[in-house]
Amino acid sequence: MKKIEETLKKLFSNQYRQRTVSYLIVVLAYVIIETAIRTGNISNTIKSLLIPTCSYIVAALALNLLVGYLGDLCLGQAGFMAVGAFFGVVAAAFFAKYISSNVLVLILAIVVGGVLSGACGALIGIPVLKLQGDYLAIVTLAFCQIIKTLLLNLYVGIDSRGLHFSFITDNTNMDPDGVLVIKGAIGANVTKKLSSFTAGVLLILFALFVIYNLINSRHGRAIQACRDNRIAASSVGIPVNKYKLLAFVVSAILTGMAGTLYGLGFSSLKASKFDFNLSILILVYVVLGGLGNMTGTIVSTTLLLVIPEALRAFNDYRMIIYSIVLIAVMLISNNATIMFYLKRCKEYCRKLFPKRRTE
Amino acid sequence: MSEYVLETKNLGIDFGGLTAVNNFSIRVEKGDIYGLIGPNGAGKTTVFNMLTKVYEPSRGTILVNGTDIGKMSTIEVSRIGIARTFQNIRLFSELNVEDNVKIGFHNSISYSLADSLLRTGKFHSEEKDLHEKALELLGIFKLEEFADHKAGSLPYGAQRRLEIARALATNPCLLLLDEPAAGMNPVETQELMDTIKQIRDRFGISILLIEHDMKLVMGVCEKITVLNFGQVLMNGTPEEVQNDPEVIKAYLGD
Amino acid sequence: MKFLSYLISGIRLGSIYAIIALGYTMVYGIAKMLNFAHGDVIMIGAYVAFFALYRAGLPLIVSLLADVAVCTVLGITIEKLAYKPLRSATSLAVLITAIGVSYFLQNAALLLWGSTSKIFPTILDYGFIELFNGELKISYLILITILTCVVIMVCLTLFVNKTKLGKAMRACSEDKDAARLMGINVNSVISLTFAIGSGLAAVASLLLCATYPTVTPTLGSMPGIKAFTAAVLGGIGSIPGAFLGGLLLGIIEVIAKVYISSELTDAIVFSVLILVLLFKPAGLLGKKTNEKV
Repeated sequence: MKKIEETLKKLFSNQYRQRTVSYLIVVLAYVIIETAIRTGNISNTIKSLLIPTCSYIVAALALNLLVGYLGDLCLGQAGFMAVGAFFGVVAAAFFAKYISSNVLVLILAIVVGGVLSGACGALIGIPVLKLQGDYLAIVTLAFCQIIKTLLLNLYVGIDSRGLHFSFITDNTNMDPDGVLVIKGAIGANVTKKLSSFTAGVLLILFALFVIYNLINSRHGRAIQACRDNRIAASSVGIPVNKYKLLAFVVSAILTGMAGTLYGLGFSSLKASKFDFNLSILILVYVVLGGLGNMTGTIVSTTLLLVIPEALRAFNDYRMIIYSIVLIAVMLISNNATIMFYLKRCKEYCRKLFPKRRTE
Repeated sequence: MSEYVLETKNLGIDFGGLTAVNNFSIRVEKGDIYGLIGPNGAGKTTVFNMLTKVYEPSRGTILVNGTDIGKMSTIEVSRIGIARTFQNIRLFSELNVEDNVKIGFHNSISYSLADSLLRTGKFHSEEKDLHEKALELLGIFKLEEFADHKAGSLPYGAQRRLEIARALATNPCLLLLDEPAAGMNPVETQELMDTIKQIRDRFGISILLIEHDMKLVMGVCEKITVLNFGQVLMNGTPEEVQNDPEVIKAYLGD
Repeated sequence: MKFLSYLISGIRLGSIYAIIALGYTMVYGIAKMLNFAHGDVIMIGAYVAFFALYRAGLPLIVSLLADVAVCTVLGITIEKLAYKPLRSATSLAVLITAIGVSYFLQNAALLLWGSTSKIFPTILDYGFIELFNGELKISYLILITILTCVVIMVCLTLFVNKTKLGKAMRACSEDKDAARLMGINVNSVISLTFAIGSGLAAVASLLLCATYPTVTPTLGSMPGIKAFTAAVLGGIGSIPGAFLGGLLLGIIEVIAKVYISSELTDAIVFSVLILVLLFKPAGLLGKKTNEKV
């Protein structure tokens, strides 16, 4: 009993509170939604949103690692997601020929998607190290456009001899039993939708685990040191470039995994879906959730995906309302007077309901 | 092993066509508290920037304990034992005070990325040691009560002290202090003087400092180099410097 | 001769990019923000031009003036309502607001004018001039586009370098606080910058529609991104840089489309940008800023 109490105290101590709250929210949401699904209390639109939401949350968490902790703006999330989605689909189709377990195939596909996206992260990391601020943002944006264009021209087929790749035109020359998995501009064909809501929630928990453990270690402190002051960081012997690259690669791996989850949740997939607007959307989730705030990112992503759905009733006006809400939130949260009164209100509420002292 | 912790020979740097520092030669022995003074724009901070390789010198050599650091980067220079503070305080202002010092210890801990992701026993034991070492160091600078405050929110004097604590965490043999007393009141300056001497004795390191507060310089430095227009005007003890007509002329003008 | 005609059509496309890029670069230079809504101001401009020319049947010059007026007012309004309250906010907050404005304009257009594209009738058909015994045909439209861009470039450069207001703009770009202490009204300088940028967007929208005569609510986003790329390529904040970057981007785009692969054009264009930034991290004509230690 004493031990449990001690563990609880530790979990809610200053050091661990943020982490505990994040994990708790995800698990609670999972239990509630899963119960709703089991009892049939959930609409089909919401059900179809579950996997994309999980996927966007992971991508947003990964982006928050870059924007919030490394302090670099990245507009290429969609590119990393696309790599994960397309190659994850290919990997799934390939492994499905040899492995019968769906779970194992999904895991392998997610790993492949993550690794390939991580490799792209390393590749884009090289120019990124030389650049700062807005120049960095435009390079990642350019990278995203390049990936999209290349994927629009990629053909991948699978037959009994293995994988066949071709570019611009379909020259895969497969045996008669071959199937085209990626068909250029038409997109990818997902034979089996392997992703599930459970898998999505597990991936969110995995992403939280990786990010929190990374941030609260000497590596994470070094990453934050690069953000706060590059020159001071190198003056105390921190290899700034190495840690920037590390953050980029970790973020790319997680985003790629999110992409695979996304890709395997639909029956077909188009590269044009992963355009610059998607990167922007994910950035909006991160900024509204709060830089470096993982719980906030999860909440804001979910809300911003659900709000447009909830506004279906005003179909014509919903995107207009969405954009006005976005502008209003930015104006209000940056308005010193309003924030001052909000703080006063908070303090007042605290006085009204004093916290009970727990020993 | 050389007898000098730091020895520079004819160090110089040009920016475009302009020579900012030329023929800069000094020798700092183990345990010295060494002052570098001169009017504004004389090139003092530029010397620090060359010593820490923030700027690449155009000419000359820098020896640290006999090792030529000519080809080293800022990071390698830090590992060989030069630590510094900055004229315009450069803390990791979004991080808390304890983390700032922990970042200084970065290269003295060895757990790998896998250790941190998997939270191995090595991770926990090294982090525990680190926590104790960080608090001990903060204690020397009377900062332990601020340990979980954001560095950027500290009062000015405390920020200066934290920067010194962070520099010491890298386990240097030579500490470069760039105007450590700037913006401090007389009481704080007096405390700083004691702290500087205390650091030297406790850690057995050499200190090279830039300062405009002559009371501090004359009070703690055993040797002084005066820089004017990028050239060494003279080397000597505080008494010699105070009575040198050239130095007085450089400071007060003709 | 074929190559020459491709080169000319590249320069034409580049001229349009350059005019849009000027809007990005000037706003960035003064307000230090990426105005993501700039592309959508062009879109609104295109709709205005469509209604003025086609529905109202106004003459070209009147339409152009009306278009410039509407876009300028729109630009100033956006600045006053959305960006001005954020002067002291982080650049990320301003960026997100700009994205919000961009969504707003696109969806407002969608709501007002529907998603079906409006097709421009030929607005500028003055025929060709023939060179080299008819081997090279250049339409007057191309000449007008290129000429407009050059005239705008020269006027803007003169304005920024020779006039008192231009000097105030350069001062704000260097240091807003210092400029304010010197008695410069920073707010009106920023408004002026937005006004000029949006006015140029109106001109660009007309030239763009003369080249690609379909108007949709998302018309502005691709030219917007390309022009922004052009501004970065040339060195963001630099007026000659925007001109150079725009022309280069247009030429590379057309040449790559014809000689390498039409499918991979975008990949090639953006690869060039990454390569240039690898060797010149501040763009072709951008100033490299060193942090003082």
